[in-house]
Amino acid sequence: MTPIANMQLETAIHPEGLKRVVIEPITRVEGHGKITLLMDEQNQVKQARLHIVEFRGFEKFIQGRPYWEIPVLVQRLCGICPVSHHLAAAKAMDMLVGARKLTPTAEKLRRLLHYGQTLQSHALHFFHLASPDLLFGFDAEVAKRNIIGVIQAHPAIAVQGVMLRKYGQEVIRVLSGKRVHGNFAIPGGVNKKLTKEDRDYLMKDLDQVLEWSKGAVDIARGIYTGNLAENASFGAFRSNYLSLTAPDGSFELYDGGLRATDANGQRIFDQVNNDHYLRHIHEEVKSWSYMKFPFIVALGNDDGWYRVGPLARINNADRMPTPLAEEERRRFAAMGEGGPVHATLAYHWARMIEMLYAAEAIRDLLDDPDIYGDDLLTQGERALEGVGVIEAPRGTLFHHYVVDETDSVVKANLIVATTNNNTAMNVAVREVAAHYLDGQELTEGLLNHLEVAIRAYDPCLSCATHALGKMPLEVELLAANGNLVDRLVRNADGHCEEK
Amino acid sequence: MAEKLKVATCSLAGCFGCHMSLLDIDERLLDLLEVVEFDRSPINDIKHISQPVDLGLIEGGVCNAENVHVLHEFRKMCKILVAVGECGITGGLPSMRNSFTLKECLEEAFVRGVGTENAHIPDDPEIPLLLDKVRPLHHIVKIDYFLPGCPPSADALWYFLTELMAGNDPSLPQELIHFD
Ligand code: SF4
Repeated sequence: MTPIANMQLETAIHPEGLKRVVIEPITRVEGHGKITLLMDEQNQVKQARLHIVEFRGFEKFIQGRPYWEIPVLVQRLCGICPVSHHLAAAKAMDMLVGARKLTPTAEKLRRLLHYGQTLQSHALHFFHLASPDLLFGFDAEVAKRNIIGVIQAHPAIAVQGVMLRKYGQEVIRVLSGKRVHGNFAIPGGVNKKLTKEDRDYLMKDLDQVLEWSKGAVDIARGIYTGNLAENASFGAFRSNYLSLTAPDGSFELYDGGLRATDANGQRIFDQVNNDHYLRHIHEEVKSWSYMKFPFIVALGNDDGWYRVGPLARINNADRMPTPLAEEERRRFAAMGEGGPVHATLAYHWARMIEMLYAAEAIRDLLDDPDIYGDDLLTQGERALEGVGVIEAPRGTLFHHYVVDETDSVVKANLIVATTNNNTAMNVAVREVAAHYLDGQELTEGLLNHLEVAIRAYDPCLSCATHALGKMPLEVELLAANGNLVDRLVRNADGHCEEK
Repeated sequence: MAEKLKVATCSLAGCFGCHMSLLDIDERLLDLLEVVEFDRSPINDIKHISQPVDLGLIEGGVCNAENVHVLHEFRKMCKILVAVGECGITGGLPSMRNSFTLKECLEEAFVRGVGTENAHIPDDPEIPLLLDKVRPLHHIVKIDYFLPGCPPSADALWYFLTELMAGNDPSLPQELIHFD
């Protein structure tokens, strides 16, 4: 069934003569993006777009590098979820070295790393970035609308957020040596065993972390249900959902089959082998964004777009594997009255359920004797192509590499979590523009409504950046002393040349 | 109470890892906020530096025209400007594209990508012009301090900030200097 959403505002039919309003940079998100609106004289919104303005060129510059470098390099695409890229790349490398199944120790330690990452990333997003909007209101004064304002007004909540993030980061540091861009997963396994001291160190604060995580779900649920009518409709729309699930249909973050459901909760496909993702997911290029627009091939590029991330995962899962999170999932699912929950703001609630799951899953792993094992590596028959898919904090993350006989990468394709939500974020922007801004005198607070909608998706815009305008444009780089370092001209045909 | 140190931060062609490392000072964040006031930063909603500030921290090198513009704004408004992390100091990982032409990179992503439909290079005027090469910050403006690391550790950032505020030479001691 077709997702119902406001597609009209994507492109104004007569852009000439319209007023341009721009929000740049989008703040309290990771990465670089901007929103543009085109409005007529009566302030009627005619076009609303989220643009991703950064481009890295990873797919090209990775070519010729030896494959074992990739898990280390690729995490530098994103400093908030480096572990997701590290692990997705490592899973693809596992395929290259024929390690279809890791040793139990290696798999469990990678999971521990991944859950630490989920915990820290979700805490960061909810407390440091999104909570000011939710606690103070979308049009609260700018000076207050940040983590510092939260520290002043709600110190207990802010401190919990800081400490939850710290715990997740410590899990990552203990395993990978550094909190950001450490090194742990290698093709076929992991590079270090866990000691009893490390395990005891992580165990020490775990009860507190579980308590705080439960409290965080209460806060998120309370905010959402506290003003249900508004929160359920703000930037809300029906859509398809994509995520990994375990073979039995339960929630899964590290490894599983791809499941897609439609807006009524009916399966589009299920338990698709990661290697076959390209049969089901393609991406469309649009001229106004460096981020592509993925869609489910069977439904086509107009109707096949979908959402990923916490909302998709909680909607798609038949159950959570841990008891506290399962209890919360049931309360959440009840809101959908038999179908998926479609509200954009429900992402925050779903995200906190996942954080609770991560805390429970960390506890279960720390109690599991397998994590002290010595058997860290495995390998099998060499292959020249590998696909690694993982559920990053922000959604399904695809890494796909082809190497040649000399072990050099010849082809890479990445679909990062945020890219999967590209259409959805644009639809959310259009929904909010149509309902809150249309015909209004624009204020800073009203414009923040657009960012609130985008923030719910926790976008990671710098990993989503994959061009050139038609306008002749010239840039000069001047050194500090005023000397010309470089001059760049963009010609009318879009090509750049140095002058 | 003494006046707070005004600080602005931004990420150019970086991954936000350096900003994450700053947040990794954990509880010390609460102490920091006693003595520091943030102007433009991705963690608040101040979109442009609103006043001259004491300290600017920049992660990431320069990869497009917009980056150049923001970097000039920072140099103009910040008394002390710091290149934080590998990317700001050398261009870092994004500068790996410098061994290819920009056209090759764009075509690989948008034209030759597997599963790519409507293949073409995005060209809307809203998208900032990319530079042919990714450059370190000091190629474009004068930089006062360089903090190495990818990212510099939370302890290194903390040391730098507290020494600077105390009026001391903030040069990092040997054990806080890491390049990875
Ligand atoms: S130096 Fe490292 S951590 Fe900092 S922005 Fe660059 S890649 Fe990210």
